[in-house]
Amino acid sequence: MKRRAVRKSVNVLALGLSALMTAIGLIFLGAILWTLVKDGVAGMSAAVFTQNTPPPGTASGGLLNAIYGSAIMTVLGILIGAPIGILAGTYLAEYGRKSALSSVIRFINDVLLSAPSIIIGLFVYELVVVPMGNFSAISGAIALAIIAMPVIVRTTEDMLNLVPQGMKDASTAMGAYPWRTITSIAYPAARSGMVTGLLLAVARISGETAPLLFTALNNQFWSTSLKAPMANLPVVIFQFALSPYANWQQLAWAGALLITFAILVLSIIARVAVSRLGPGAARK
Amino acid sequence: MIHEPRRADSNVAGGSDAGRRLSEGGLNLKPSGRVHVPDSLDAGSPGRAVGEASVADPVFSCRDVSVFYGAKQALKGVTIDVARRQVLAAIGPSGCGKSTFLRCLNRMNDTIPGARVTGTITLDGRDIYSKRQDVAQLRARIGMVFQKPNPFPKSIYDNVAYGPRIHKLTRSRTDLDELVFTSLARAGLWDEVKDRLGSLAIGLSGGQQQRLCIARALAVQPEVILMDEPCSALDPIATAHVEDLIEQLRASYAIVIVTHSMQQAARVSQRTAYFYMGQLIEVGDTDRVFTNPQHRLTEDYITGRFG
Repeated sequence: MKRRAVRKSVNVLALGLSALMTAIGLIFLGAILWTLVKDGVAGMSAAVFTQNTPPPGTASGGLLNAIYGSAIMTVLGILIGAPIGILAGTYLAEYGRKSALSSVIRFINDVLLSAPSIIIGLFVYELVVVPMGNFSAISGAIALAIIAMPVIVRTTEDMLNLVPQGMKDASTAMGAYPWRTITSIAYPAARSGMVTGLLLAVARISGETAPLLFTALNNQFWSTSLKAPMANLPVVIFQFALSPYANWQQLAWAGALLITFAILVLSIIARVAVSRLGPGAARK
Repeated sequence: MIHEPRRADSNVAGGSDAGRRLSEGGLNLKPSGRVHVPDSLDAGSPGRAVGEASVADPVFSCRDVSVFYGAKQALKGVTIDVARRQVLAAIGPSGCGKSTFLRCLNRMNDTIPGARVTGTITLDGRDIYSKRQDVAQLRARIGMVFQKPNPFPKSIYDNVAYGPRIHKLTRSRTDLDELVFTSLARAGLWDEVKDRLGSLAIGLSGGQQQRLCIARALAVQPEVILMDEPCSALDPIATAHVEDLIEQLRASYAIVIVTHSMQQAARVSQRTAYFYMGQLIEVGDTDRVFTNPQHRLTEDYITGRFG
């Protein structure tokens, strides 16, 4: 009888502690989101989407060039990173499943997955920026691609591994070559998961600051040249938030809200894509 | 496969010979305590099965076929022919090598890392393991149906059309429609699915899925159909459906079916091959094998003394 009382109180204690810690975590998260929405909405105006980043000392100004730059470099980064990532993930899951090379690649990919992004910025700086002689949008896109790649490799491999072997065997037994089985059977079956992986990679790179500091840097003006420095939201936020000008700080908040909102929308699209695209052939 | 040597009950097992063999281990005994001792597993010429291994004008002709998975030998010197327009049933306890044998015939063992096949197998007189043989072309001539229904994550139509499409068997959409229709009709599925060809195949019942897999195999217009325990995941009614289908298909195809059910082997096949521990023990006309087995091991298995 007594034992049961002890157990009961231990249970209550454990439950209470977990609830408390969850609450503490949620309070911080809520506070961050609240500040972000409050200051971000205050900084929002039509000018944010129509004007370029203002020079110091002037009133108003917007984020148009930064929004454009972020979009361009994110899209370019995914365009470079996705094919490499998907093909590498396919190799790991289908062709080189058990080879020694695969385990090496898998290990290096995991290291890359958790590498600090500033190191990738430095790497691309040495590799692209220094030979080119100046900061550029393309080097920024390359840095983002390198960050996106390991995420895509990993999700592609995981999703392909979820496709039942029996399904692939059936295709093989019908006389399909491996590439045919992969493109006609494995990819469609794993499609929803792979799309989610891609969107996660987009979310990941759209908020990266450190690698862009060393590569695309920033640009106060409207520029669409891939060979020139390009404005982008993360670096603008970084710069403006630390500035003494009130209107810059407000724009930084607006930019932060924009990125967060964009990632939220992407996540929702990813969820919807999962439920729409594949009724779960890969999960059966 | 559980290797569980037990003490022999000598008056059942028959003498000291049994004790010696049991102490060597490797016998597969039921926990019932009923002991069975193979008296000539390794006697006589190794790999020689009792019965009639050869037939006139075979589809497949296997000579001294062995399969190794790494160091483990899963099939030991099997010599057997597969006849045209006939069902050959491969029976035997789990792990006896009957599925391994089946997977040799369309070289599906090639997909397993570390698998090695020795001996010769010919299809219509040509060595299927020769270096010049294109594996995909070979597999296109041999349909395979698996234990678990494994439809592709596509529509019913696209499942059946998959094979014809990858092998470019049809010229026009009309031809393809026709081939999908005949394949589904031959598999006895057309009436059930004709109104929903565009819906996903995983929405079908298990038995329907398995018949869809058979239709999918037929659509490639194979010469032989291999079936690896096609009914073990199906209920009795769906099983009866598939067995009727096998009976009809026999008129045009050679069929090799691996089954755990001896009743099924007796019902659907004309020839039966009994495998035990990687060896082909006995092969012959199904009626003869089941009514008058010539090997003691076969008799013990089909009379239910073990296995």
